[in-house]
Amino acid sequence: MATMSIAGKSVELDADGHLANRNDWNENLAREIATQEGIPELTAQHWAVINFMRTVFDKEGDAPSIRRLTKESGVDTKTLYQLFPKGPAKRAAKIAGLPKPKGCI
Amino acid sequence: MTETNAAEPIQKVSIIVSKGSLDGIYPGLIMANGARMEGIEASLFFTFFGLDAIIKKRMNNIKVATVGNPGMHMATILGAIPGMSAFATSMMKKEMEKLDIPPIPEFITMIHDAGCEIYACRATVDMFHLKKTDFCDEVDGVISVGEFYEKAAGAQIIFT
Repeated sequence: MATMSIAGKSVELDADGHLANRNDWNENLAREIATQEGIPELTAQHWAVINFMRTVFDKEGDAPSIRRLTKESGVDTKTLYQLFPKGPAKRAAKIAGLPKPKGCI
Repeated sequence: MTETNAAEPIQKVSIIVSKGSLDGIYPGLIMANGARMEGIEASLFFTFFGLDAIIKKRMNNIKVATVGNPGMHMATILGAIPGMSAFATSMMKKEMEKLDIPPIPEFITMIHDAGCEIYACRATVDMFHLKKTDFCDEVDGVISVGEFYEKAAGAQIIFT
């Protein structure tokens, strides 16, 4: 299993390169992953998306769809793609310390 | 670590939607949206009856074909009963809503907001005597096949 080293601490990654253990996640780690994904700074809107995804995942066991993200997180579709240009669902999930979303929408 | 010959990831797709039934339109929309979700550049080209998906007066009223559609597993004579297509459509829409698949007009807006360009086919527009004003606002233009190929440069072309 691949690992990532952050601030002297080594964390395990799953086959998709997402965190293998959710408990390893913290906000500094999120910033670190974001930088690797080409997002140098996490704004309040980034955090709104990340926190919404984590809340939904805790309740339902999968990350929300893009449609639900835009309807319920308060960030519209256009902004979502600006915040996470290389594909919002997967990137946001990765930064949020969640596995790759399963849904198609 | 050994080097692997991983295939080049897809960078860009151009999806053609040529059919006007619910089951003819959705696959193309789902693939376009899915491409954008993965950060893949995408455009949609609607032609022939596929244009119904972006015609303001028609896009709310797209139905499942219950006649001549073997996938429905329904005798042709049953499929032809008045109201059968509407019934099958309403059942399917309920199932799609459960999966968070939006109705066509909302889906078109969502896909366009996601950065996918949307085009109508010039030949069909001329053949059906349609005007730019017949289309929803998300349509970026009415273009010829030649222009479609120009815009699709470097893309994988998917015909549905």
